[in-house]
Amino acid sequence: MSENRKFFVYGLFVVVAIIYLSRLLYLQVLDNTYETASNSIKAIPDIPMRGQIYDRKGRLIVYNTLVYDIYVTPNKLKVSDTLSLCNLFNITKSSFDSLMKAAKTYSRVKPSLFMRQLSKEDFARIQDAMVDYPGFEYQKSSIRTYSAPVLAHALGYVSEVSKKQLDAQEYPYYRQGDLIGQSGLEKYYEEQLRGRRGVRYVMQDVHSVAKGPWKDGEMDTIALAGQNLYTSIDLDLQQYADSLMQHKAGAVVAIEPSSGEVLTITSAPTYDPALFATRDFSKNYAKLALNPYRPLYNRAVMGSYRPGSTFKTVQALVAMQMGAITPGSVFSHAGAPMKCHGHGGLSGVHSAIQWSCNPYFYHVFRRMIYANNERNVFKASAAGLQRWYEDSKKFGFGQKLGIDLPSEAKGVLPDAEYYDKRIGQNQWRFGQIYSLSIGEGELLITPLKLANLAAIIANRGWYIAPHLVKGVGKNDNPLPEFKEKHETGVNRLYFEEVVNGMEMAVVRGTVSRGAIIPDIQMCGKTGTSQNKKGKDHSIFIAFAPKYNPKIAIAVFVENAGFGGFAAAPVASLIIEKYLKGHVDRKAYEQEWKNKNFLQNVIIPKSQQQPSTPKEKPAPPKPEATIVKQDNAIISKPING
Amino acid sequence: MARNEQNIIQNLDWLTVLIYAACVTMGLFNVYASVYNPEEQTKLFDISNNAGRQFMFIGTSALIIIAILVIDHKFWEVFAPFIYGACILLLLVVLVVATDIKGSKSWIKFGSFSLQPAEFAKTGTALLLSRYITQPNINLSRWKDMAWAAGLIILPMILIIASKEVGCALVFVSFLIVLYREGIPGIYPAIVVISIVLFILSLFFSPLYISLGLSVIGVLVFYFVIPRYDRNRKTAINLVVIFGAMMLFTTSVEFLVNNVLQTHHRNRIKVLVDPKIDPTGIGWNVTQSKIAIGSGRLWGKGFLDGTQTKFNFVPEQHSDFIFCTIGEEHGFIGSAAVVLLILGMMCRIVFLAERQRTRFARAYGYCVAGILFFHFLVNVGMTIGLMVVIGIPLPFFSYGGSSMWSFTILLFIFLKLDAQRPFTLSRT
Repeated sequence: MSENRKFFVYGLFVVVAIIYLSRLLYLQVLDNTYETASNSIKAIPDIPMRGQIYDRKGRLIVYNTLVYDIYVTPNKLKVSDTLSLCNLFNITKSSFDSLMKAAKTYSRVKPSLFMRQLSKEDFARIQDAMVDYPGFEYQKSSIRTYSAPVLAHALGYVSEVSKKQLDAQEYPYYRQGDLIGQSGLEKYYEEQLRGRRGVRYVMQDVHSVAKGPWKDGEMDTIALAGQNLYTSIDLDLQQYADSLMQHKAGAVVAIEPSSGEVLTITSAPTYDPALFATRDFSKNYAKLALNPYRPLYNRAVMGSYRPGSTFKTVQALVAMQMGAITPGSVFSHAGAPMKCHGHGGLSGVHSAIQWSCNPYFYHVFRRMIYANNERNVFKASAAGLQRWYEDSKKFGFGQKLGIDLPSEAKGVLPDAEYYDKRIGQNQWRFGQIYSLSIGEGELLITPLKLANLAAIIANRGWYIAPHLVKGVGKNDNPLPEFKEKHETGVNRLYFEEVVNGMEMAVVRGTVSRGAIIPDIQMCGKTGTSQNKKGKDHSIFIAFAPKYNPKIAIAVFVENAGFGGFAAAPVASLIIEKYLKGHVDRKAYEQEWKNKNFLQNVIIPKSQQQPSTPKEKPAPPKPEATIVKQDNAIISKPING
Repeated sequence: MARNEQNIIQNLDWLTVLIYAACVTMGLFNVYASVYNPEEQTKLFDISNNAGRQFMFIGTSALIIIAILVIDHKFWEVFAPFIYGACILLLLVVLVVATDIKGSKSWIKFGSFSLQPAEFAKTGTALLLSRYITQPNINLSRWKDMAWAAGLIILPMILIIASKEVGCALVFVSFLIVLYREGIPGIYPAIVVISIVLFILSLFFSPLYISLGLSVIGVLVFYFVIPRYDRNRKTAINLVVIFGAMMLFTTSVEFLVNNVLQTHHRNRIKVLVDPKIDPTGIGWNVTQSKIAIGSGRLWGKGFLDGTQTKFNFVPEQHSDFIFCTIGEEHGFIGSAAVVLLILGMMCRIVFLAERQRTRFARAYGYCVAGILFFHFLVNVGMTIGLMVVIGIPLPFFSYGGSSMWSFTILLFIFLKLDAQRPFTLSRT
């Protein structure tokens, strides 16, 4: 009877073996959760150096500096003497405690960021002592470094990718903690600048200590270094423009007309881009964001102003091309609702430009609006405006020019539909829109667009979309859209009329005497941009020399009054600097560097500092965060 | 005598020896793999690391095998009480002069080597138990004889538990197999098996569900299993009593787990019930072990190419968790091969035991098979998350001198007895 019991024993053995075999089959073949949970192989991202940014003469503007991030693993940390550790890192006991608390909240066994971006010097001091404190480790990273405190708006900045950006990305590339270009060129050329991250697979032991490459690096991907950007910015000119724009709010955009390359792009007030490359990023950002003069606002591409009289050049060109006037047309002042500045007799378009005669352009615009066969005055106005809109649009107004900077403003070039919506179809006529004739009313442009207008006039009829980068990866390798010529469709002869007028405006016209550059034929047009809040903005567009122009420029100075007064001197100095390499008019230069128009800027009530009611609110002094462009900074040697 | 020795070589069951050799060799290479450090070339035959020492243990095992084959087969039966006594004495000694290794006081240190008497106590007990239960006047269905047999088993168990080697003590439960084969009423192993099943069930289900399930089974048994003529009041009452006892046991499990067991034992049970509980704490071993084995896939990562079992992710990987290394580096193919090898050896031993002419040899064979089975059941089971983690080695694979020698002795005494079979007269 017991003999049969052996079968039970066999059965027991076999059943257990079968159970175990099935379990193994499940664990090892069918179920792959455990394969992916493998924790001995760690992917270490290999983040390549971000591309550097050069100016048009090959000088470095932005480069990378090696810094060290310190990480701490709370469970491994053994601190016998907290005080000396705090001294080592140069922090207080309480901040040490709060850092450790944050680290422990994240994880006790995984390293968390303890201190960011230690300089090489600071790290060298700490490195030796670090062996005494197990639990600390470091990782190399890099920060953006600037050879001069200029061009903050155009360059933009780099910061940690935000939660929103992480969620929004189409192809998941960025991960928590990665850096990404947040504005300016850094954002526009993010993909080129960042390169491609590589991954190294390393084996690590249970204490996360690296134990060499996995499979001898077979699965690793090589990091691809970021591409350098070769910009068309002239660093000297940029610094010079910045120095002229100190104590002022406004913008300067200078373009090489033949190529559309931006030589200088300034938005004032500005700030030192290096402020955003430090570990105090958020503190500095908050400070700048609260500054009443809005230094973070890139006026050059985002600021929308009325073009004022500078727009008369467009009106003249479009009208002549349309056939509404001829170069020799003369109009009396009678019937125009606006005053003239007072000038001698006019002999055609060029003198109207020279003297910026308001009534003249009232009539010009009127001719254009009514240059059709519509009997109904409303319908005629709509048809006329639409035609005018189509022709003016070719100058790049009311649309993005496509500069290689993010957040370019479109501005406003009103068409018939615009007024239909605002007033009502067939309910408006020329009488309601005549302000457009002299660049006021609903027109809104950006300094960039006016600089482009100067370039169009300089080119006598065409433009290439303004751009800052003329080479990605290698020099003279711009994006394809920056090789394309845009025609305005206006006859070259008509441009000569306007050019002559602009030349005369400088020699003996609306432009103040001091703005005349010795030996250089500058053609310019003043503009006075009305605004509801405070004094007029001063605008000036110009190019030089008259023939074969090398530079076209638009200068905006907010609340500085008449265009020929403030903007023209700044423009003339910049042109002289660019064409001659130096400025002879030293006293004039100094005068305009020191002129302060910031005090005229009306600060919105919500941002005013609390002050006693009777006292006239004194404009707050520019804060330390607004860079003072004194000569000391400008003469700073530029690396590279 | 010379002829006799030659016959022993001829009569030795070479199949078992072959499986033994295969296991030991695979074990050695896997111990090497588990201590192998890719950064510094670890040498296989270097006494300073565990692989080198394992090699030495295997070498000395060969000497032990020769000794066992030379010693007269009668020796083991005759001297069984003395061997048993010596083991008990050693277990007592160890309690007094033990070296504390990882919280267990079961090691005697000789220079740089430590010896664990508990490992050898298994062999001693197997010998004396086999001798006792095969005496002609012993009837295992008698209470008195059963009590004596149980006493032989329980005495070393108590001493081993006293030295905090609960896992090692539990191995003695495996003697139930030989007792079963040699005639104790089937009800006793059945009770043990049912208790274990109930214990496991009560870990996963509430007593309410278990009582419902048992009631259903009881009713089914009453109407379909029990013959019509037995379907009376008395049988019904018996069933109710059995049901009551089972429920009492079930409800007491929680009390047992929470109040009688020590914390680390309790934690191991918790991990078995819920593997996701605290994977970095008490669930670490099991989680890491499963990751290691699971990451091996079908073909494994290759010899020395394992990553989970290097770098200390799996604790005790060269001894109790050696199966992880096999699973990771040799995949399902490798681990299945190991399972089949051990299954083959166990079945072969049962087969050999059944053909013995002496009851002693047969009983001893069942002891060997039972002990191997228990180690296999628990060791492999815990690495794949089917068993509570109990620190006992995988026979012939795990690193360790004591276990290597004791398993070799255990197995080869039986092989010697088997080889002697043609020259022995049957006593049964």
